[in-house]
Amino acid sequence: MRQTCNSDGGVGSTENVKARGITIFSIFVDTPTAAPNPETKLLADFKKDTHLSKVYLAGREYLNEEGQTSVSPLIGKIMQQICTDPTLCPEYPSSVGLPEFTRRATELVLGRDCHAIVENRVLGVQTVGCTGAVRLGAELLKHWYNVRGVWCGPVYLSSPCDDSLAGIFEAAGIQDVRRYRYWDTEQRGVCVQKMMEDLEMAPEQSVIVLSASAHCPTGSDLSQKHWRLLTQLMVRCRFFPFFLLPAQGLCHGDFEQDAWPVRLCASLGMELLCAQSFSHSFGLYGERVGHLLCVLKQSSTLLAVQSQAEKQVRALWSRPSVGGARVVATVLSNPAHHVEWQEGVKSMVERGILVRERLREKLRLLGCPGSWDHLIQQGGLYCCTGLNVQQVEFLEKRRHIYLHPNGCLNVSAINSRNLDYVAESIHLALTSVF
Amino acid sequence: MSIFAEVPQAPPVAVFKLTADFREDTHAQKVNLGVGAYRTDDCLPWVLPVVKKVEKMIVEDNSLNHEYLPILGLPELRSAASKVALGDDSPAIKDGRVGAVQALGGTGALRIGAEFLRRWYNGTNNTATPVYVSAPTWENHNAVFSDAGFKDIRPYHYWDGAKKGLDVTGIMDDLENAPEHSIFVLHACAHNPTGTDPTPDEWKTIAEVMKRRKLFVFFDSAYQGFASGSLDKDAWAIRYFVSEGFELLCAQSFSKNFGLYNERVGNLTVVAQDKDNLARVLSQMEKIVRTTWSNPPSQGARIVAITLNNPDLFIEWKGNVKTMADRVLLMRDQLKAKLIALGTPGTWDHITQQIGMFSFTGLNPKQVQYMIKEKHVYLMASGRINMCGLTSKNIDYVAESIHETVSKVQ
Repeated sequence: MRQTCNSDGGVGSTENVKARGITIFSIFVDTPTAAPNPETKLLADFKKDTHLSKVYLAGREYLNEEGQTSVSPLIGKIMQQICTDPTLCPEYPSSVGLPEFTRRATELVLGRDCHAIVENRVLGVQTVGCTGAVRLGAELLKHWYNVRGVWCGPVYLSSPCDDSLAGIFEAAGIQDVRRYRYWDTEQRGVCVQKMMEDLEMAPEQSVIVLSASAHCPTGSDLSQKHWRLLTQLMVRCRFFPFFLLPAQGLCHGDFEQDAWPVRLCASLGMELLCAQSFSHSFGLYGERVGHLLCVLKQSSTLLAVQSQAEKQVRALWSRPSVGGARVVATVLSNPAHHVEWQEGVKSMVERGILVRERLREKLRLLGCPGSWDHLIQQGGLYCCTGLNVQQVEFLEKRRHIYLHPNGCLNVSAINSRNLDYVAESIHLALTSVF
Repeated sequence: MSIFAEVPQAPPVAVFKLTADFREDTHAQKVNLGVGAYRTDDCLPWVLPVVKKVEKMIVEDNSLNHEYLPILGLPELRSAASKVALGDDSPAIKDGRVGAVQALGGTGALRIGAEFLRRWYNGTNNTATPVYVSAPTWENHNAVFSDAGFKDIRPYHYWDGAKKGLDVTGIMDDLENAPEHSIFVLHACAHNPTGTDPTPDEWKTIAEVMKRRKLFVFFDSAYQGFASGSLDKDAWAIRYFVSEGFELLCAQSFSKNFGLYNERVGNLTVVAQDKDNLARVLSQMEKIVRTTWSNPPSQGARIVAITLNNPDLFIEWKGNVKTMADRVLLMRDQLKAKLIALGTPGTWDHITQQIGMFSFTGLNPKQVQYMIKEKHVYLMASGRINMCGLTSKNIDYVAESIHETVSKVQ
């Protein structure tokens, strides 16, 4: 077969495929293999592991006591209803998504009586999951933060943070991504002072990415007192807050409390972005139900900003998929469903708290060195154990327990069947590896 | 002071504005020929019977979970979708050099492909590689490639307004003169907006020039099955290029041929020279997906995957697709016949020669304005109509309106 030749030759690597005496280069010959996604590799290693007691604690999904993801019977019932509803139209939704969904998602974060909503200066855009929301927010900032020229940052991310975040901003063309200190390994908590120090040094108009609650991956959050200090700093330095709220309700079992920092900033008249996800709180991961909230200072800018958001969306994914958003909108619009759903989320949180308490107790009984109070002080899906890289490796290689390299784990993946083994293993790691 | 204070209003998208104007129009006989979706003879959207059946199966299947799909998407969808484009017995598939990325509709597939090419094709991060799109083309092509970082997006001649057909000489000239390694976006079939496709012989000539001049082939396939009613016929061009040894990308959409507009089911098929090149390409695409939407949505993907992979459902689906295609063909025949019967000035052969959802009527902007303002028949300023907007109930009115317009307005 004749083939097009890459006349650039291929710097470094040459792939010679001789067919009928013709040297053929693929046009992709210079495409290098991308570094594997660390999460993918970890999961692949786990799957290959044949050890009977193996435990995977590095997943992104909430698991029930049986170790499964699940949706509540309410969600199942609503999906059935939607499936058989003859009035629902298979048409293209608008680029900003289903209006009922964006309305409810906005109210959930800000509260129905929020001034910004009443004054019509809030934009809500349905997105493809939280990633889609962050990407869209990044694109909006890139294009419009500084109308006079292309804005390239800086954006500040917490250290540590979700490992895909930096890449999302870079993909949007924002190369200047920096870190602020957040998790202190010794204190096993948030190092507020260091965080403030780092932010004081940031240039004016920096964008600061903040976790509203249930910080990923540490589970450690700021107190309300510290949020007040932080917002004062942000106003003074003219920073722009970009909140992450992937699991509202799953931190404290209280939707208002989990969104409190966002409401605080809105009440202070600040402009902000907030990326939301309904994956965890509805168990609808595959459906990619996300939302980008944009609170503006003036209602006069709303239509223009919305038109630009639509423009960005049209070239990314055109319009979002509606299935999951319909379910969420149906629940949030119906008071009885809403209550039932909230109760379901509360019981997920209660189970998480129970796991944390039992783990801490078990570690105490084993005489495990160090303080383990941080386990119960943290909230949400994730927990940062404070184990170092060597100890994490020990857990993986010798005990077949898989954590993130940074020592963080998914609390919901621990259950009554594996708790003892996990606790014993952590104890072993701490007492035999330093 | 708001940081967004000086953000300008983005210009409205023409086709959405048209639909908005149509909605506000209170005229009893108004007709919307701008809409880009299939409509039944009652002018309603159509949920394909096979889709309804499969949706029910899915909702009742307790073994299906709601977990994240892999980053590259549902494997059963990716392989089945590529097979639909390249053919069941495709040697390229048998050689293991065909892969795919599930995407958010055709747009998502184009965007992932564009992002990949900008980063890794013709050098590293070579934003200067020219990207050629047909004149005219779907208006979003420009935005997708431009937002992916390409700085030089150019038109290639395509539509000849005078002869109401393909500007073959123009296409060939542009292909001959394009810088080597330029990217060309080709419509696999049912060209949007003209409905005019190259003949097989014309495709062969295009392929020969593209091969000789080392031009990159990026197919946009949004209407497979919908155009002629035959999946194989509508994929002829793609399969020909693959058989000629091209490495290429093909953005597929299942919005139209499955009627799944709102579930965003798309697939980017990658044909590489061999497994090794394919693997490296997919690894980079995975990285791009991770920072765009992380994992694609599952609902629509399952519907399409189940349908394509089940022999009986596949046949049923092909039947549903043919139903849509046949209705469009019927409307084409009838519109042309009525225009001729009315003695409408001009020739109307192009109505039945063109293929797919759209037809470039040849009406000029003034005539289009007259159609909208005086006759309340809404069509694009380019003269493009969506045949699906025609029904047995409104076709007489539309034919008469065209007749009146062409007779009165020059």
